[in-house]
Amino acid sequence: MIKKIVLMGNPNVGKSVVFSRLTGANVIASNYPGTTVDFSKGKMRIKGKPIEIIDAPGTYSLQPTNKAEEVAFKMLKEADMVINVVDATNLERNLYLTLELLEKNIPVIVVLNLWDETRHLGIHIDEKKLEKLLGVPVVPTIALTGEGINTLVTRIKEARTNEEIKPTSEEGRWIEIGSIINKVEQVEHRHHNIRDIISDLTIKPITGIPISFGIIFCAFWLVRLIGENLITYIFDPIFNELYHPLIIRLSEWIGPGFIHKLLIGEFGVEINFIESLGLLTTGLYIPFAAVLPYIISFYFTLSFLEDSGYLPRLATLVDNVFHRLGMHGHGIIPMFLGLGCNVPGALSTRTLESRKQRFISATLLAICVPCMAQLAMVFGVLGRYGLYYIGLVFLTLAILYIVIGLILNKFVKGESPEIFLEIPSYRRPSLKATFKKTWMRIRWFLREAIPYLFLGVLVINFLYFIGVLQWFGNAVQPVMVGLFGLPGDASIALITGFLRKDIAVGMLVSLNMAPLQLVIAVTMLTVYFPCVATFAVLIKELGIRDMLKSAAIMMGVAVIVGFLLRIILLGI
Amino acid sequence: MNKKTIPLTHLSLRGEAKIIELVGGRGFQRRLRVMGVREGQKIKVVSKQPFHGPLTVAINGCQMTLGRGMAQRIIVEEL
Ligand SMILES: Nc1nc2c(ncn2[C@@H]2O[C@H](COP(=O)(O)OP(=O)(O)OP(=O)(O)O)[C@@H](O)[C@H]2O)c(=O)[nH]1
Ligand SMILES: [Mg+2]
Repeated sequence: MIKKIVLMGNPNVGKSVVFSRLTGANVIASNYPGTTVDFSKGKMRIKGKPIEIIDAPGTYSLQPTNKAEEVAFKMLKEADMVINVVDATNLERNLYLTLELLEKNIPVIVVLNLWDETRHLGIHIDEKKLEKLLGVPVVPTIALTGEGINTLVTRIKEARTNEEIKPTSEEGRWIEIGSIINKVEQVEHRHHNIRDIISDLTIKPITGIPISFGIIFCAFWLVRLIGENLITYIFDPIFNELYHPLIIRLSEWIGPGFIHKLLIGEFGVEINFIESLGLLTTGLYIPFAAVLPYIISFYFTLSFLEDSGYLPRLATLVDNVFHRLGMHGHGIIPMFLGLGCNVPGALSTRTLESRKQRFISATLLAICVPCMAQLAMVFGVLGRYGLYYIGLVFLTLAILYIVIGLILNKFVKGESPEIFLEIPSYRRPSLKATFKKTWMRIRWFLREAIPYLFLGVLVINFLYFIGVLQWFGNAVQPVMVGLFGLPGDASIALITGFLRKDIAVGMLVSLNMAPLQLVIAVTMLTVYFPCVATFAVLIKELGIRDMLKSAAIMMGVAVIVGFLLRIILLGI
Repeated sequence: MNKKTIPLTHLSLRGEAKIIELVGGRGFQRRLRVMGVREGQKIKVVSKQPFHGPLTVAINGCQMTLGRGMAQRIIVEEL
């Protein structure tokens, strides 16, 4: 009896879209290899019986070359049937994994996805003949529109093994594939079209490098434009016009006391959504009004970059730099995802091949890449003094990324294999898919962030209440003032940053620092330690030992950078 | 007639060649082959990044980026 079906296939062939279609559960799909780095489980019913479906990372063969592929291999061992998703535009290469799977004597059904693309490319595949030759069902699909998915569902029960395919050598498989391709595939000659021209322009260095600067600049500009407009015209009015009067009335109704302090803030002090530190004031304002608009704008913009297929080209262009930092071009992916939230960024380091690459990539991510929640607050706090101050923070972090990368590359032992990355063809991002993906990520943000934010507000209030924070602030005051030119209470924000960096930035506001002091504090807040959610993922990804080393580097760097910035920006 | 063979890195942009040999261990060879870089396939260089950066090649209508060191170990025959 079939209970567990795993989706296996080369990277970027549409497994995750097929998974979403089959289960109704949504997972992230993007146009670059290595989107899925972990498994997701979903359920579907066939003839009333529940069946578990697993979406796995893509793999080119059953010999894993990185951690993501290892996950796929492990999922295969657990499953009792395989839906082998195949890129119909690249049949020859994809069939290698198909043959390997068929040799395993596990029931297989083959899905010829991206069927729409074969037409544009002048590729003709005789799927009936392919079915005969492979001895298992073959179903053409266009996962993006859902075409063929019903046929797939009805034919799942026909999945079977092919006893005639015996384990053979690598050469044996290629000979077999050659003969299959000869019989089932015909390719028309095709002229260069506009898509090929854009592809060439964006990957050749002379044109590609200027274009990449243009695209990144536009992306940042768009994120800020959308974010600021959402705040000014939607979120701030809601909080200031509608919510504020309600809170004032609530405040009068509750009256002074601990409950008021916890829910709203100090009684009698004017309510300030960022500084009051109540659950219903700061606890709601930060996630919904300050951060959410930027989460929306960031993920909306990122979706375009992901779905168009631009990221692998960018990885090619920056490979040179990243190679010197001990990684390779694919390291740009953890960095981009990390700008949204460090957690998915840390997970995506799995697509890097060696321990050294993963260590460097994860450490640099934790030190130099602020997440959007933190950035949104920084824009809010420093933005009012001018872009110059935000620029200083970014410049410092960029320099750190390079300098620490160069140093780590020198001292971390191990190999750093070269880039070897498939460049998918460009696709026009669909607005519907973009909105859906943005919505998935917003939901994820709210689910992850709000509990920690509330916890943060509760813990801070409690610690203030019993006086621990005041004591700590006083205790480290000499260090903070002496080394970094910051007030002692800035240390409290740093501690809070372990729970959520966005509240931590908010707490810095109430200290009435000069803009340059804020620059130092915000930079240190980014560098010194990741938030608890990222910390947990990093322990899992790197292991305790490496994580301890990484943490030591973070704190060392924070002290050095804080001190240097103090000297440069504030003078002795 | 025996044409001369060169490493892929020496192939000029837009020039077409046939892959003759992959120089390296079994793991290296397999990794290239499963991504489509195989003996007998026709290959074109789409771009070369400066300062010993990676090459982007096209095989069978499919493009991929690979490091200089790897490209050095792919021996091709110009067509
Ligand atoms: N035109 C077209 N695009 C598709 C089709 N199926 C998927 N896509 C797109 O192909 C890209 C890759 O899809 P994914 O589902 O992320 O691929 P995957 O196999 O899960 O990739 P990895 O997780 O990286 O292994 C996405 O941009 C999809 O929108 C299809 O049938 N036709
Ligand atoms: Mg996927």
